[in-house]
Amino acid sequence: MCTYQTEQLPVRGSGKGASGWFAVREATVYVDHPVHAPDLHTLNIDLRNPELGPSARVALELDGASARALAEAISRALGRTPDGLLEGATSSQGE
Amino acid sequence: MDVAMRAETVTLTGHGGDRIEGYLAQPVGDGQPPAGGVVVIHHMPGYDDWSKEVTRRFAFHGYPALCPNLYSREAPGASPDDAAATARAAGGVPDERLVGDVAGAMETLKALEVCNGKAATIGYCSGGRQSLLAACSLPLDAAVDCYGAFVLNTPPEGAPLSVRPLGDRVKDLHCPLLGLFGADDQFPAPDEVAQLEKLLAGAGKDFEFHSYEGAGHAFFCTDRPAYRPEAAVDGWNKIWDFFGRHLS
Repeated sequence: MCTYQTEQLPVRGSGKGASGWFAVREATVYVDHPVHAPDLHTLNIDLRNPELGPSARVALELDGASARALAEAISRALGRTPDGLLEGATSSQGE
Repeated sequence: MDVAMRAETVTLTGHGGDRIEGYLAQPVGDGQPPAGGVVVIHHMPGYDDWSKEVTRRFAFHGYPALCPNLYSREAPGASPDDAAATARAAGGVPDERLVGDVAGAMETLKALEVCNGKAATIGYCSGGRQSLLAACSLPLDAAVDCYGAFVLNTPPEGAPLSVRPLGDRVKDLHCPLLGLFGADDQFPAPDEVAQLEKLLAGAGKDFEFHSYEGAGHAFFCTDRPAYRPEAAVDGWNKIWDFFGRHLS
């Protein structure tokens, strides 16, 4: 199936794409056919910077177990992080 | 019958007079009778290698074919997967723009010497719905819907794509329609296909639907695990028969 269900959210950080590092500004998360992974359906994540054009994208296609394990690992890592460490002072980010 | 062909990237005039990219494949050589043109509406993953293979396949069978890059505006020159990701994030292809782009592709095909003045659409995945939409909007001679979803059902809550059901447009369908579906598909699920069949029959439209057991969405896609050779081979035969009757 091609699902039309897409989670979309603003993000702030950096990703490494085909042309090197760039600032990521937007994430989309959806279940659909993968372009590359050898599965019928995958959990797909696109980290993008629309201002830099379509090629400013880091793409992931994960099978269901991997996606769930990754989400749990992110939650565990964040849960072990001291309060305030990730919400502290930020510097401006080059693109 | 083997047909020599020329295949190339072209620029065509789409909706609103925009110049958009397309992939054109046409038979060449003497002795080839003109045939109707086929507008290939690519699937949601975009204007990719497989869509171009499909376009060439029509030319190989004697039909000039043109696949407009529906994501030309959002992502000119981008790789198909990056373009598809951008289009998805932007809400997909607006219906009005789709019709304008298909109209431009249809006119481009009709102007070819190898075209007999007839034209059809074929669309896959999101393009299946768009093929039906085009057939309800443009003077086409035939249309093929390959597993198009949300023809009747409303997209899920929160879906950002700008698609709406086409139930109220079915009355405007004025050309024969061929529908090819996978019985295991969930978008469109068999009940949505059955509802569409009922609606078309009730409106007295000329159509034929085939659903394949053991096949799901995207069963024509040879480069994906969803490929189902048995369904795809039979589906292609249905297409040749259908176009043979309506595009000759």
